[in-house]
Amino acid sequence: MPKLCVLCSTERAVLKRPKTAQQICRTCFYQVFETEIHNTILDAKLFARGDRVAIAASGGKDSTVLAHVMTTLNERYDYGLDLCLLSVDEGITGYRDDSLETVKRNETQYRIPLKIVSYEELYGWSMDAIVKEIGMKNNCTFCGVFRRQALDRGAALLKVDHIVTGHNADDIAETVLMNIFRGDISRLQRCTAIRTATDETIPRSKPFKYTYEKEIVMYAYFKKLDYFSTECIYSPNAYRGYARAFLKDLEAIRPSAIMDIIHSGEAWQSKTEVKINAVGKDGKVTVGTCERCGYMSSQKMCKACVLLEGLNSGLPKVAIGNSSKYRQSGQSGGRPSKRDKNMAKADLQDAPPATLSPDPDASNAVPTPADDCPVQATNAVELSPSSPSPRSKAAAAPPLAKHLRCRKCRTILVPASSLTSHEQGSGQQAFGYRKRDPALEIATTCSAFHVSEADVDWIDGVADGSKNEDKISCPNAKCGTKLGAWSWAGRSFWKIVTCAAPAGTDH
Amino acid sequence: MPLSITLEFSGGMELLFNNEKRKQVTLPDSFAPGTATLKDLLPWVRDNLLTERAELFMQDDTVRPGILVLINETDWELEGELEYKIQDGDVIVFISTLHGG
Repeated sequence: MPKLCVLCSTERAVLKRPKTAQQICRTCFYQVFETEIHNTILDAKLFARGDRVAIAASGGKDSTVLAHVMTTLNERYDYGLDLCLLSVDEGITGYRDDSLETVKRNETQYRIPLKIVSYEELYGWSMDAIVKEIGMKNNCTFCGVFRRQALDRGAALLKVDHIVTGHNADDIAETVLMNIFRGDISRLQRCTAIRTATDETIPRSKPFKYTYEKEIVMYAYFKKLDYFSTECIYSPNAYRGYARAFLKDLEAIRPSAIMDIIHSGEAWQSKTEVKINAVGKDGKVTVGTCERCGYMSSQKMCKACVLLEGLNSGLPKVAIGNSSKYRQSGQSGGRPSKRDKNMAKADLQDAPPATLSPDPDASNAVPTPADDCPVQATNAVELSPSSPSPRSKAAAAPPLAKHLRCRKCRTILVPASSLTSHEQGSGQQAFGYRKRDPALEIATTCSAFHVSEADVDWIDGVADGSKNEDKISCPNAKCGTKLGAWSWAGRSFWKIVTCAAPAGTDH
Repeated sequence: MPLSITLEFSGGMELLFNNEKRKQVTLPDSFAPGTATLKDLLPWVRDNLLTERAELFMQDDTVRPGILVLINETDWELEGELEYKIQDGDVIVFISTLHGG
């Protein structure tokens, strides 16, 4: 016996709404689906009459339905919006080129103009080329960061007032989960906002914030909308995939889980300030502009430029793993030596600075020779100004003729005589095949300075042996800049292997 | 008389089924009209039609969460899900929502 729609009680129900568990017919489904989005738009006051709005279109289900619904609502409720489609071509052969065809068909179906911007023209790197360079791990970071900017740049070209994206409730719930898993409080607070805008940028909003993915797919299916679906060929390793599978499992048990998670994300409040250098006096995140490209950025260099820097210098993983260090060292290239700034910039084009340590995990993973007792003073410590090109030396043994100084106040930290050369460990090769982490292979160059214990007894915990590793701050009380980290890496097996050597002598 | 049904795969599901979006199948005699359910059909589809990555289609004895099933244009949640009794001429649609949008 066919079940009847609970709303109109005349037609046969074809769908159970995940949000309300109502069983409704096709006509009523269209009605509630569209009306809910209309209400979301009105409640959040997303648009003003006469706005020029770009629909971020990928050719997938969400953006196709978004384009359809936006054109429908614009006509039905007379929003008075001037709509257009905006697509980004990441340069992924076999994925994007096909879905762009779908967007081109949408252009004619909905009679709204389309603009395509490509990574290749914006950044000089297509995703295919990036993956060739960095492999399958972390490539989604590049893609996501680049796409965010690409949309803004495309929107600027189109001179729009607003961008709408097809992010749905499931997407937002996933993002909330991921930000919790990563402890990213700052993003956690921002990710549930239906509209993101600062003075600098074109506002973006998500009219599907409260729309379930299931309903979007059903809508597309019943309306026979033309959309393209394939998994991005580079995404199987993406972290989001796991969050998504987890969320779908939860949804299967309790469909309201998605709304609950969004609600949790909205209710989250952090009592501590998010990030001191990014927060202004009024408590808002202050947005500056990138030194390189002028795009908005809370740091000196925007994330895309940091990533590009890594790509162009052949060390892309560093840029992902520790971008704040990279930013700092990147922008301060001329600082310690007070060299001509232009020169410092030119240097950056060639190679990353020595102060840049590889991923901290990576440097710990590099096995040090057993007879060595190194203090790792990595990353923020710099060699003396006279050193012409510290980075090239760091690749080999640290040079012996220079003092280590604080990069800020130039206080001598360790005399040159204290620096010992050490044999480069074999990196990941030192581990059994199964225990190797291919992501760290690139960082096998040890950039730690190995110094004798007696010369670094000013570091808290070294002299009394109370610590095995810690951060290093500049000993100059007026300065106190964070310099890096130290560790007795290898000491534990040094004790076992070469216990003949007395502790505290020059290693 | 053997059951004859139509299966449709979309939203990316077709990639697991040799890129065929629509397939007419005649079920073997073990599927008796009136008793055979979707619960019986799913493993059969997996073993006979699926060409790759079975883990993306089924989880335990049902479809993987995130895959929508429609029976004759109706959400299977209204039709008893796995307990639905297959009838001759049914159109069963599998749509993945797990693919990017």
